Amino acid sequence: MTNSQAILETAADMRREIGTNLHDRLTEAIYADAGAIADRAVSTGEHSGNLEQAFDRVLTSRIWGFPLMILLLMGVFWLTIAGANVPSAMLGELLLGTLYNALHSFAAVLNAPWWLSGFLIDGLYLATAWVVSVMLPPMAIFFPLFTLLEDLGYLPRVAFNLDRLFKRAGAHGKQALTMMMGYGCNAAGVVSTRIIDSPRERLIAIITNNFAICNGRWGTLILIGAIFVGATAPPFLASFIAATSVAAIAVLGVIFTLLVSAFLSKTWLKGESSSFSLELPPYRPPQIWQTLYKSIIDRTLIVLKRAVIMAAPAGAAIWLFSNIYISDSSIAAHLISFLNPFGLLIGLNGVILLAYIVAIPANEIVIPTILMLTLNLSKSGLAQTGVMLEFNDDAQIQQILTSIGGWTILTGINLMLFSLLHNPCSTTIWTIWQETRSLKWTTIATLLPVALGIAVCLLTATAARLFL
Amino acid sequence: MTAQAAAAIQCGSCSSGCNTAHLTKLGIKTGSWDYIVALAGNPNTGKSTIFNALTGLHQHVGNWAGKTVTRAEGAFTLGGKKFKLVDLPGTYSLLSTSVDEEIARDFVLFGKPDVTVVVVDATRLERNLNLVLQILEITDHAVIALNLIDEARRNNLTMNERILMRDLGVPVVPMTARRGEGVDELLSAIEQVASREFSARPHRIKYADSNLETAIEKLATQLRSEFDGLRNARWVALRLLEGDESIIDTVRKGTLGAVKSTNHFPPLVQVEAG
Repeated sequence: MTNSQAILETAADMRREIGTNLHDRLTEAIYADAGAIADRAVSTGEHSGNLEQAFDRVLTSRIWGFPLMILLLMGVFWLTIAGANVPSAMLGELLLGTLYNALHSFAAVLNAPWWLSGFLIDGLYLATAWVVSVMLPPMAIFFPLFTLLEDLGYLPRVAFNLDRLFKRAGAHGKQALTMMMGYGCNAAGVVSTRIIDSPRERLIAIITNNFAICNGRWGTLILIGAIFVGATAPPFLASFIAATSVAAIAVLGVIFTLLVSAFLSKTWLKGESSSFSLELPPYRPPQIWQTLYKSIIDRTLIVLKRAVIMAAPAGAAIWLFSNIYISDSSIAAHLISFLNPFGLLIGLNGVILLAYIVAIPANEIVIPTILMLTLNLSKSGLAQTGVMLEFNDDAQIQQILTSIGGWTILTGINLMLFSLLHNPCSTTIWTIWQETRSLKWTTIATLLPVALGIAVCLLTATAARLFL
Repeated sequence: MTAQAAAAIQCGSCSSGCNTAHLTKLGIKTGSWDYIVALAGNPNTGKSTIFNALTGLHQHVGNWAGKTVTRAEGAFTLGGKKFKLVDLPGTYSLLSTSVDEEIARDFVLFGKPDVTVVVVDATRLERNLNLVLQILEITDHAVIALNLIDEARRNNLTMNERILMRDLGVPVVPMTARRGEGVDELLSAIEQVASREFSARPHRIKYADSNLETAIEKLATQLRSEFDGLRNARWVALRLLEGDESIIDTVRKGTLGAVKSTNHFPPLVQVEAG
């Protein structure tokens, strides 16, 4: 017998002597001391009303909790969409108009060969410029607003409202918190599931985290919501309708989280949900400057940096694919025409599917990739003429997509749905593997959302074909 | 306002021994160090805010419980000494068994921090003291950061930190960390405790039971001879008497005293197979 075993046996013997309620006795002793010390050290003055509790009664009430949550979300999206319009147009004008044309004139002066200026300006530069002009303004408005809500202490209230529903879905209430984390970054959301003790519930939280829309996808949703859904409404209602569509996608994400959680906990991951108590933190007056700093530096610029790092090589690759020919059309055209039948079947198109494959490393580059592929494709049709770009605001992006890409409102809506429901980015997939070390669950977490996305898009496309 | 700017403003107003002036934030460049400082506390009390203020890092801070689930590490130098700062996940107790709380517990227990800073929410002092008392059972070298003083004031709570300091027997520093208030005082307290300039007489919970006392002492002696350099033998003995499964397990495997690395987290697949 080793010494450790001897120690454990002695302990077990003593345990019998001392009695089994030692844990409770110790806890009581600690509580008693803590209470006594706190009483001596704190003096409570007059309590100035219970404003916080009044707030909480409304914000977490069964009747008002959800409507208020949706209203707040819509308010945030509306401010983002309405506010991003002007700076977006200005940035577009500068980066895609003035600077782009200046670069081409400069290349012409240098007598640069067409393939060099094409590769550098129409590939590398254009993708980068598009990422910046499309993503920066909405992010710079949306992230501070969202961070403000977080700092105020609103997010835990949302989690509190959702807690009931998660329990009913057989999942852990803390999953609401990991979902909130996923609204920033799904990889971070997956890591945060460590706060869930039960492996069963943690797996459910990991698999469904992708339904929380991450930083990389908000930009796409806000833009497409504005130019496709918002544009169908009269101008004074446009931002409002656009905001509603983005909020609807976010809510749909929550619904999918709950449905998939319920499905998993009734099939592969059977079990009871464990209970926990969620602490509502106090409302804290946010510090405006710190919030701005935090959301601009830590969030907006980091997301943008990641997007630019991914966009530059992607842009270069797209240009090459679009300009290297096999028989009579480019590699990109071959790929797109291969993907097109299936894409169109589910209300998307080959360009979108290819863009989602290109954007596996970073969702941020979906829109620029789509734009470049669409333009390059049409350009190859137009026999390589130097296309002058004047597409520098959102309305013009819509024009490219509808007139050249052949998009309809169905394409726009389905892209928003697909943006919610598709595979996690490669970083998230890697993180899921790190956390689970299970090929099976990593594969399920990767493929389940895409399968759902294809099913949902097929459904809306079929409905549109039947009824419109 | 950045934490640094906040600290600078704070600095202008302090009269004696201004630490921030000698503070160099080293970010994640921990390298070698003279002292290890652990940052413990209940969830959502401002551990990460203090971590950021001292290291110049931007560890994500959020107003909710459970933001930090891994051990974040950073460093700063102060008075010529290099301090490694470890931000632990928030925990209500050291007696629990949840995995993120285990990370915090194991580090305070076996990571041999030179100073353990316990961040305390002044508006919820009683509940926070439960953790403080448990930590004081383990280590003498603690500093209490009595944070969120501004919120306590708003709620008409008056703190008497001198009484608190007397009762707990370790330094108590009132702070409003997100405005940088109290950062200097915290730094000098950390310095004093790290250099053992401050002699602590920490509060100990009394168990009015002589049988229990004898049992603890006997087990603790055995543990000390089996596990070299085990600092908290009495605490471990108590856990064994309680029947704490995770501690029993570490004794059985002989891994008592070994700290798991930051990224060591039980992969789910093992649980699944088991």
